[in-house]
Amino acid sequence: MNVFSGMNDQFLRMVWLDDLVRAGITSLGLDPASRIGGSVQFFVYDVIKIFILLSVLIFAISYVQSHFPPERTRAILGGRSGIGANILAALLGTLTPFCSCSSIPLFIGFTAAGLPLAVTFSFLISSPLVDLASVILLASIFSWPIALTYVATGLVVAVIGGTVIGRLQMEDQVATFARAARVGAEIPRMTRTERLAYARDQVGDIIHRVWPYVLVGVAIGAAIHNWIPAEAIATLLGQDKWWAVPVATLIGIPIYADIFGTLPIAEALVAKGVGLGTVLAFMMAVTALSLPSLIMLKRVVRLPLLFTFVGVVTLGILAIGFLFNAITPLFV
Amino acid sequence: MIIKILGSGCKKCLTLAENARSAAAAVGKQAEIVKVTDFAEIAAYGVMSTPGLVIDERVVSSGKVLSAEEIGKLI
Repeated sequence: MNVFSGMNDQFLRMVWLDDLVRAGITSLGLDPASRIGGSVQFFVYDVIKIFILLSVLIFAISYVQSHFPPERTRAILGGRSGIGANILAALLGTLTPFCSCSSIPLFIGFTAAGLPLAVTFSFLISSPLVDLASVILLASIFSWPIALTYVATGLVVAVIGGTVIGRLQMEDQVATFARAARVGAEIPRMTRTERLAYARDQVGDIIHRVWPYVLVGVAIGAAIHNWIPAEAIATLLGQDKWWAVPVATLIGIPIYADIFGTLPIAEALVAKGVGLGTVLAFMMAVTALSLPSLIMLKRVVRLPLLFTFVGVVTLGILAIGFLFNAITPLFV
Repeated sequence: MIIKILGSGCKKCLTLAENARSAAAAVGKQAEIVKVTDFAEIAAYGVMSTPGLVIDERVVSSGKVLSAEEIGKLI
């Protein structure tokens, strides 16, 4: 074992925590190998691990993100077009701090500044799909190759999705008030102290917002892990079933959850032998598309564009799911 | 003075409205707090991250929940 994987095991995968929780449960008279003991073990370990990682990650990442407020992103993207602009938009989507309740003002801000729809949608797709925290969590739960492949494919979906939407020339599908909006030119300036305060506030804020999702996600993960027979899951989502990826995607689309709540479910599904592509498709569907965000988006774009957006993203997710299932042997 | 809170009605916006109210009270100014939830109207202010804070038609902050103290300095 080399030094890197040793550090990865201890810091990211937190093997020490696993051992600690296992010892704690045993001393309480529960057998971690039994159903109830196993559920408790999964729940306690995952909840603690996710909250530790979340706090540390959000702090570090928010500090980086404070350099890229939406106004700056818009300024960087302004005047660009073509595939290069789409790639840049997808990359910035991973960096710009963004909460789903801000997606509409952001959409309007981009549109009003004259950014092409292609670029705006590349950003909108990549922003919830790939963010820095989720990448590190993926590496923690699975492995670095899987995390990096997730990012790469997520960006590809964002770039292709944006490009396709741009090609369809649906500019007339955007509410007129969005084009007429004022463009505030000011990019907020922050001192280092303000950035640190911002990062600290983000930790409190995000944890406050996501903790119910994390608890529910881990509880579902623990249930899958210990109570649902592997055969039942294999029948529905097994590797040999062609419908596994579409079913996982369709289940994921309407669900509104954070990537942090989705990860424990993904973890448990993979442990039950569900294909990696199927699980990634589920995660992407949950994070990239959700009913609440679509209802919000409906206020600024007409239905044909909305359906195109959902359709393009869904196709991208399906493609990634099938691709990942096909290349899974490379990772294991 | 008129203080407007721009935002879709999320929790942050409510906190900001509450902070603005206590800031105005602390400074001793008569202030009318208006919540702007219509996206067209929010967009008209050029605000890209909510919640936004507008004092007498001037955008003073966006994407941040300012404390009552910070708002007090702006009033």
